[in-house]
Amino acid sequence: MLALQILIDGFAISALYALGATGFTLIFGVSGVLNLSHGAIMVAAAVAAWAAASVLHLDIYTGALFGVGVALIVSFATYFAVVKPIQNSTRIPNEEKEIFVLTGTLLWGIMIQELIAYFFTNNAKTVLPIVEGVVDIFGNRTPRNNIFTALVCCLVIGLLWLLVNRTRTGKAVLAASMNPRGVTLLGLELTQIYIVVWGIYGILAGIAGVLLGMFLGVSSYSVGPLTASAFSIVVLGGLGSVSGSLIAAFVVGYLETITAYMISPAYRTIPALLLLVFVMYIRPQGLLGRR
Amino acid sequence: MTRTSRLPFHAMQQFAGAAALGLVALAPGGAQAADTLKIGVIAEAQAIAGASIPQAAQLAADEINAKGGIDGRKIEVVSYDNHSSSADSVRAFQRAVNEDKVNVVISSYISEVVLALEPWASRLKTPFVTPGAASNEISKSVHADYEKNKYTFHGYLTSAALALSVCDAAKELLVDQKHMKTAVIMSEDAAWTKPLDVGYEECLPKIGLKVVDHIRFSPDTTDFTPIFNKVEAAKPDVIITGISHVGVQPTVQWKNQQVPIPMFGISSQATNETFGKDTNDAAEGVLYQGVSGPNVAVTPKSVPFAEGFKKRYGNYPSYAGYTAYDEVYYIADAVKRAGSVEADKMVDALEKTDWEGTIGRVQFYGKDDPFTHSIKYGKGLITGLMLQWQGGKQVAVWPKEVAKSDLKFPSFIKLTTN
Repeated sequence: MLALQILIDGFAISALYALGATGFTLIFGVSGVLNLSHGAIMVAAAVAAWAAASVLHLDIYTGALFGVGVALIVSFATYFAVVKPIQNSTRIPNEEKEIFVLTGTLLWGIMIQELIAYFFTNNAKTVLPIVEGVVDIFGNRTPRNNIFTALVCCLVIGLLWLLVNRTRTGKAVLAASMNPRGVTLLGLELTQIYIVVWGIYGILAGIAGVLLGMFLGVSSYSVGPLTASAFSIVVLGGLGSVSGSLIAAFVVGYLETITAYMISPAYRTIPALLLLVFVMYIRPQGLLGRR
Repeated sequence: MTRTSRLPFHAMQQFAGAAALGLVALAPGGAQAADTLKIGVIAEAQAIAGASIPQAAQLAADEINAKGGIDGRKIEVVSYDNHSSSADSVRAFQRAVNEDKVNVVISSYISEVVLALEPWASRLKTPFVTPGAASNEISKSVHADYEKNKYTFHGYLTSAALALSVCDAAKELLVDQKHMKTAVIMSEDAAWTKPLDVGYEECLPKIGLKVVDHIRFSPDTTDFTPIFNKVEAAKPDVIITGISHVGVQPTVQWKNQQVPIPMFGISSQATNETFGKDTNDAAEGVLYQGVSGPNVAVTPKSVPFAEGFKKRYGNYPSYAGYTAYDEVYYIADAVKRAGSVEADKMVDALEKTDWEGTIGRVQFYGKDDPFTHSIKYGKGLITGLMLQWQGGKQVAVWPKEVAKSDLKFPSFIKLTTN
């Protein structure tokens, strides 16, 4: 009984982690950028979806789309206002650019966080779920929204897989993640590929943010923990490896859920962090890392 | 943008004004200080419960000033946003006293913040009143070292008194009316809930509610599913809450997961009217303890204040709004009686406070009481209320004298009345 409950509850949260981490790892794989404003973009999406419904009185679907749209805009803003100027700068030595991008996106994330707190208070907001009510799965009362969340996450990850492996644009993205110089030699513009990737990333982070808003709710305080959780999942899975991130997301999601049920909700995140430290010792490149 | 979001602008203006006045005060003579009472308000301007504090204080100050001030002495409120941080609060306190020359400080609904400020009130010898923190330790420290800590006043109920208030209400509403027998205590791990839980554990069995489980969780918790499942497994008739840092998330998940057990107790965020919107009305049926509430005539002053606040800021105040409003009034009253803004004289006068405010009749426990300088709890003084979210509104359900409605629950709640 308890096992089934853990299985059901863990799946939704793991799927959500997976979706959140996929975009994060994609950006790193393709452009070497660790985007520390990740959590802020997810929260911006959720708060925008909440505001669209509660303040602008739009319906649930439009609200959700609005949230994803905001994430897309913020994602492009992150690229054009923060990342690109650093990458193109001639005054920052190449070997220091990564650390500049890290710092830049971190500060950018804090700015977004403060703006959200300023305009919408630091209180948690929740997005009205698209599907309401509960269903009974072998005696476990499960909110329909959990099932919806899991389905959407799996669907979007599936679509991403198709995009990357079956379309020309996707193949270019994949190629860029393997060998950026080779791609430019083939006559593809790297900047164009970056724009596509930041677009995909914005949509993924937006969907993850809105779903998180429906599932658990978010506040401006969630920014740090969300970035940290995506970061640890991606490091655990192997930086830049999408499939590694997917596996790591489920490992972390289930480990947290098991801890919450079997030990105490107060220690929820601790075993996953210990595992991360452990993996760093024995396999620093992560589960499926190439670097 | 909600209307509450105007607050930071407002606070900024005040801040700019205060900075300008600070410059004036630096000028030789400093005559300004003699005929104004400067109140520093350090609060969580971005949090649902704290946002009402500077707003209510300003409202009270404006009302007093409009009537000519305190024997001609004007009140000036200087606000600081502490970002819910103890470190920011301490810096703001130092700045308020040393640079902006405030005479008295009103601060915070968070016990950790107030406990961090208490030694600073002693060091800088500045009277300090909290409108919303609950920890017993605040007034116990005053009792333990009166000469040093006498500058701190606890303008809200202690956790011990809050537990009593919840139990008094639960006795009539849950045990007598609904014949409930068992309860699970669900509280966040914070300074204020430690004595609250002790109080609950002690008083719930006395009123006939057996405590079948006690769940404490981290205030960082976002997924409450395991907690509610654990609660349900214990099969209680009611969940007795002690939550303040969290509120929106557990409430929404309680509704989404259709947890069939009512929530009853302290839920600070639920005291603010914006809670309904933040939870997309998942708050429906939630019962929370308050010191006052919209449309509840605890005293003749309660309703006019709540309406005046809503007219000016767009929403009804949180619990800390009522207490902060009262505090400005009884500080003004103390200054009037003392005839001075000198710290020790203000402390003496504040100790003799007997003020009918929006939350009841405010008096402070004396030097010999274990809760020195905390407001007195009891009939004829302050008893607290129990309110419930019904139809998107906050409705008083206890005590009988002010109750506007019976208990009403959403359909997923299965009351185990027998």
